Amino acid sequence: MAPPGPLRRAYDWTAAHTPWSAWAWRNTALVAASIPVAIPAVLAIAYTTSAPGHLFKTLGFVLLLCPLLTPLQRGRFWALTGVDIPKIQWPHPWYHPHGLLPRLRAESTWRQYGYHLLVSPLTALGGALVALGWATGAAFALVLSWAWALPLRLRPTGWTQDYVAFTVLGVLLLIATPWLAALIARLDTHAATILLGPNRARELERRVEDLAESRADILDAADLERRRIERDLHDGAQQRLVSLAMNLGIARATLTDLPPEARAVIDEAHREAKEAIEELSNLVRGLHPAVLEDRGLDAAISGIAARATFPVELTVDMPERPTPTVEAVAYFVVSETLANVAKHAQATRCSVQVRRRAQLLTIIVSDNGIGGADPAGGTGLLGLRKRVGSVDGTIRINSPHGGPTLITVELPCGL
Amino acid sequence: MRAVIAEDSVLLRIGLVKVLEMAGFDVAAEAGDADSLLKAVEDHRPTLALVDVRMPPGFTDEGVRAALMIRQQWPDTAVLLLSQYVEERYAADLLATQTGGIGYLLKQRVADVEEFIDALKRVASGGTALDPQVVAQLLLRRGGGPDPLERLTPREREVLALMAEGRSNAGIAAELVVSESAVAKHINNIFAKLDLPVADGDHRRVLAVLRFLDGGPA
Repeated sequence: MAPPGPLRRAYDWTAAHTPWSAWAWRNTALVAASIPVAIPAVLAIAYTTSAPGHLFKTLGFVLLLCPLLTPLQRGRFWALTGVDIPKIQWPHPWYHPHGLLPRLRAESTWRQYGYHLLVSPLTALGGALVALGWATGAAFALVLSWAWALPLRLRPTGWTQDYVAFTVLGVLLLIATPWLAALIARLDTHAATILLGPNRARELERRVEDLAESRADILDAADLERRRIERDLHDGAQQRLVSLAMNLGIARATLTDLPPEARAVIDEAHREAKEAIEELSNLVRGLHPAVLEDRGLDAAISGIAARATFPVELTVDMPERPTPTVEAVAYFVVSETLANVAKHAQATRCSVQVRRRAQLLTIIVSDNGIGGADPAGGTGLLGLRKRVGSVDGTIRINSPHGGPTLITVELPCGL
Repeated sequence: MRAVIAEDSVLLRIGLVKVLEMAGFDVAAEAGDADSLLKAVEDHRPTLALVDVRMPPGFTDEGVRAALMIRQQWPDTAVLLLSQYVEERYAADLLATQTGGIGYLLKQRVADVEEFIDALKRVASGGTALDPQVVAQLLLRRGGGPDPLERLTPREREVLALMAEGRSNAGIAAELVVSESAVAKHINNIFAKLDLPVADGDHRRVLAVLRFLDGGPA
């Protein structure tokens, strides 16, 4: 289907904006409804012009009415045009000790005030004009139009041919009034969305804050869950396995007169039980080691470093423990990088420095290996980057081919 | 020899009692938390207390604190700590008071019953039993400056680590499958390289090791 030509579009548009269209009545209703809401401001302005000495009192009076007027205006737009002006969210009601002062300081309050004091009376004036337009137009076009059609003797006294001009004027007014209503409604709606609603930039800022907060909550929840699983494994499965392995060990040590086949079976079971313990410990360590929760990063990292197959030089300078989530990420960073060094770097020594200065935790891991670590190539480094990013940390990997590799991670410890 | 045991997991406690009896101990009391442990030690004055680090109500380091108290108040009672993980500062705290009659092992070491019995006996007779992981962590914590470890041969380093765990010359010789005299030679070399006077007695050796590790008592 071909797009309608300009002429067709102009016709459609005009047809949709005729005085008898729904659109015309909607705009009329909107501007007319502004009149009662504007009464306080109009009174205030009138009073101020007659008694300028009471300027501040009257202005204060409108300010006091703001919490009442704003919902009324919002309701007017929503009910009559379907335009939804979002509410401004406050953490506390206005009568709360922390409720009033922030409201007085907020620019949104003063934007609203501006709307109620200046725009609202203007719209009301426009509303009055529109009403007047409809009324005069109707009176001129309808009440006076039929008289000329009557026989001369039946015409009202004083009626002359000139009255035809009134009829024409009335019809013109009826056509023009919807346009006036439209203009005023449009300006009013525009002003109201800007002045009564929340500031868009601030709204976005608030949303980002909300999102950051909910992300932090999710991270904390996941971390809590890891710790719970660790605790369950430690208190349940691990203890039972240790006890099983011990009993098998006792059997091995005491039942010396068993046939060699039976001894072999016991030996095998004992070995497997010990392996299972080892596997379970590794699993638990990957989740969230108990030492991290009980004794903090320093102890947990020295645990990983001690298990490394190459010498690790460890420096931890941390006057204060960060939050459990940041701690968990830092632990993960060190354990993952040391695992990477062991797997790929062919290093003979490695150094780990963990330092906290104010709100920043810095982790520097360096090795004397072959280098060439590339976050694009390995899932390990990618996972590291994601984990660091989850707390808004940064990671820098400097690993030229031939080595050495230097990985610097910075984690913010603030909110 | 009398022993008391503090371990909140009943399952493990039953097994540990069996092992203690196998090692020739007479288990005088079983405790489930630090307070009843201290009371049991006071009542029975045992040769050895076998203590879990993590106990009610806090499940953190109650065992370590109880151990320190026992070593202070009743120096005749040796303490062997069992822990889910090793934290070298616990060991350093313990060894700061006295170097003998102290043990600190990972819980899972009890599975190797013979070695565990060996450790029990060693600690009860005033010796030391440190988990290899503790020793590895202690080695990690040496202070800065020129590294005396660099002067040791790999074999000497192995001997040093086993010494730090509390093994006797015979134990080290068995572990490394060498003769006892070879071990004695290595140890003399270590002392010479670290400028430490040769001293006799098992816990003097640990003292020397710890002085070298820069975390131990002077």
